[in-house]
Amino acid sequence: MSQSYDRGAVEDFGRWREFSAGMWAWVFHKFTGWVLVGYLFTHIAVLSTAIPAAEGGAAAGGDIYTTTLQGLESLLVVRFLEIGLLAVAVFHILNGVRLLFVDLGVGLDSQDKSFYASVILTGAIVVASIPTFLTGAI
Amino acid sequence: MSTQITEREEESTESEPETETEAGAETAPARQRRMDEKRRRAADRETERERERAGIEGDTRTLKVFRYDPEVEGKEEPRFDEFTVPYRKGMTVLDALIYARDHYDSSLTFRHSCRQAICGSDAFFINGSQRLGCKTQLSDLSNPVRVEPLPHQEVVKDLVVDMQHFYDQMDAVEPYFQGDDVPGELEEQRQSRENREKIKMSTRCIWCGACMSSCNIAAGNNDYLGPAAINKAYQFAMDEREGEAVKQERLEILEQEQGVWRCQTQFSCTEVCPKDIPLTEHIQELKREAVKNNLKFW
Repeated sequence: MSQSYDRGAVEDFGRWREFSAGMWAWVFHKFTGWVLVGYLFTHIAVLSTAIPAAEGGAAAGGDIYTTTLQGLESLLVVRFLEIGLLAVAVFHILNGVRLLFVDLGVGLDSQDKSFYASVILTGAIVVASIPTFLTGAI
Repeated sequence: MSTQITEREEESTESEPETETEAGAETAPARQRRMDEKRRRAADRETERERERAGIEGDTRTLKVFRYDPEVEGKEEPRFDEFTVPYRKGMTVLDALIYARDHYDSSLTFRHSCRQAICGSDAFFINGSQRLGCKTQLSDLSNPVRVEPLPHQEVVKDLVVDMQHFYDQMDAVEPYFQGDDVPGELEEQRQSRENREKIKMSTRCIWCGACMSSCNIAAGNNDYLGPAAINKAYQFAMDEREGEAVKQERLEILEQEQGVWRCQTQFSCTEVCPKDIPLTEHIQELKREAVKNNLKFW
């Protein structure tokens, strides 16, 4: 009749089915925020190797930049990562706008609906962008 | 109790075939079938008898209740107990718990008092959400109903949690009216209708602790005031009858590092509040108040 049981933490992702909209918004916002911070570092790394500031000459600099970027864009993985980056950035922007309204005390009763709206809008924008990102890669 | 009876039943069914093998009257598959049939009937009788013993007829609901008692040997290990209770229309989770305690296990411990969502004693973690036992209809829940003590609070026994930290946080915001000028005897301290309307929802708090338990931030940070305490502070900070000096004092408590700024607008508290207090809205308004209080343009 009875069985041993470990209460565990409520925040445990094993209980994700019990999370509410606001909780999901918070989790996604944190996650996308960290991804964007991580992207900024790789962005700096790529740009600092692709733009040789010390060598001056616009022609030489332009060459390295073009070859680096073309090299990256020729990889299919990079194309998919770009789509992922867009998804992450768009959600972060839209949810950020939602949080702005929350901070201003506007529409707090429909905070769950605005979260769903930002998720759906993110999905739509990402799907619409796929052709642009993948042309020439496949 | 029930397990013992089943064992005896099984023994009797097992002893029977032996005599029949000696007689050699039946083939093996036929005997197997007959034995299965017999066992099934025995199980049916058993459940029937159990229901009769409990006096349960008709619709039932199953409660899975968290049990833990550090003072009794063999009960120190947290576990779930199942109780089958008769269902009637309008039955709440608290009603079911009371039935289980009165009919099955008198050691089942939980707080309850008024049974009408006023005293705030019976906040439990029901089917993965903080709710008041007396305000939650069994018909709104999927069966079986899982009842656990409030998360993020020390469990004392079964469904009883230690509320001391919650009360400490409530006390930290000085949850009482502090008017500047005390009116003379028999004189009223009138509040405008608009102002009363503004703080109306915040006065509804019954100190059940559901919001504090649901708050992700309060879970990991015991210094955070928590939604209930901030809501209490809101009630008095927004009360126009309190003077400017008192309001200033209240805002100083709230705008500290562990005050309103810890809130990350997850809306968990607003979601679970049994009195439908817009907690997040109140916290956000106090955030704006705090900013306005400190911004100087001259």
